[in-house]
Amino acid sequence: MFLTVFRRMKLLTHNMLTSHVKGVTNGYPLNIEAKDVRVQEVDFNPEFIARMIPKMEYEVLVQAAQSVGHLGNLPPELVTDYENNDEFLKEAHRVMMMVEVVEGSLVCPESGRKFPISNGIPNMLLNEDEV
Amino acid sequence: MASGKRPEHQAPPEIFYDEVEARKYTSNSRMIEIQEQMSERAIELLALPEDTPCLILDLGCGSGLSGESLTEQGHIWMGIDISSHMLDIALEREVEGDVFLSDMGQGMFFRPGTFDGAMSISALQWLCNADKKSHSPPKRLYRFFSTLYSSLKRGSRAVFQFYPENSSQIEMITTQAMKAGFGGGLVVDYPNSTKAKKMFLCLFAGGSTTQQTLPKGLGTDTKMFPSQVSYSESRGNGKRKRERKSVKKSRDWILEKKERRRRQGRDVRPDSKFTGRRRTGKF
Repeated sequence: MFLTVFRRMKLLTHNMLTSHVKGVTNGYPLNIEAKDVRVQEVDFNPEFIARMIPKMEYEVLVQAAQSVGHLGNLPPELVTDYENNDEFLKEAHRVMMMVEVVEGSLVCPESGRKFPISNGIPNMLLNEDEV
Repeated sequence: MASGKRPEHQAPPEIFYDEVEARKYTSNSRMIEIQEQMSERAIELLALPEDTPCLILDLGCGSGLSGESLTEQGHIWMGIDISSHMLDIALEREVEGDVFLSDMGQGMFFRPGTFDGAMSISALQWLCNADKKSHSPPKRLYRFFSTLYSSLKRGSRAVFQFYPENSSQIEMITTQAMKAGFGGGLVVDYPNSTKAKKMFLCLFAGGSTTQQTLPKGLGTDTKMFPSQVSYSESRGNGKRKRERKSVKKSRDWILEKKERRRRQGRDVRPDSKFTGRRRTGKF
């Protein structure tokens, strides 16, 4: 029961995160300092990926994928008509859902505050003076 | 939770949910069953579009029990919780969603319009307590609701199942939610039963409030909160005529009792022509 289960933070999740430290006006995107990155097989759901892409900042996704070294064949610009482009959706799925940060930290671009990620769980707790 | 002291009074959540307490969420089948029932009802109240995978935020996800109901229905979720022990259990159970260690009262940290809905099972009442000198419950609630409001898509819902201690807590919570821009209100399931009674705070994030109507609580045939006292012609002069109680064990008495228990949300056999009939002597 106590086998080491590696948990993760998906790049999809990273795309949604901003910094909530007091006084920070533009805490997006958080930079990733990754120590341990894994790729884990996840079921491919093209409908969900196509629904999520307009919600995401595509540039940020590409940057994040680059910074963890798993860009692969993801094009730097968003392809038009991506809903029907199966190849692109598969590649986006790999980057969004399968690449996972296990150890490392997220860094607020403005204040430089680090949010450590341990065992795949980002610790977003703030100190009293940061609320 | 009906017996004993309320957990909020014992310790702050990050301390109360220690390893022993967290373990109960994998071993205690009664707790698991109740959690599952409540999360299913909460998902129902979220009224998500059918057959579309949605992105849901689970507040106070704990061991990820409520998230599992979401996964079953094909939704993707992210969860936050303040107890690292509970999150460890979530890891052990290999839940699908991504989880964060965070304090709801410190605000959300997601981009505007990220989620298609938010749900929370038995977590909101923790925010009503000040566990540190610097805590002010109304301020923390406001920070929580206002940041949550912005991270939700317009027209989506947030459903909180919670155990308020008294009516002033309900008032404090709803006041801060309305101040943050939410519409909506309280849905009470089985208000006539002490045990089965469950409170759901059902909030609407923007959109036209005229389109969004508050769902009805289960086990409520009549209006939950009649806004007015109904008009009666006779003046009550203290000598109210009590309705005569039916004779015990009579058919009427049985029907009344069954109705009462139905209102409490219990499993009651339907009425038929045989209800309250005596068996024949032949038997």
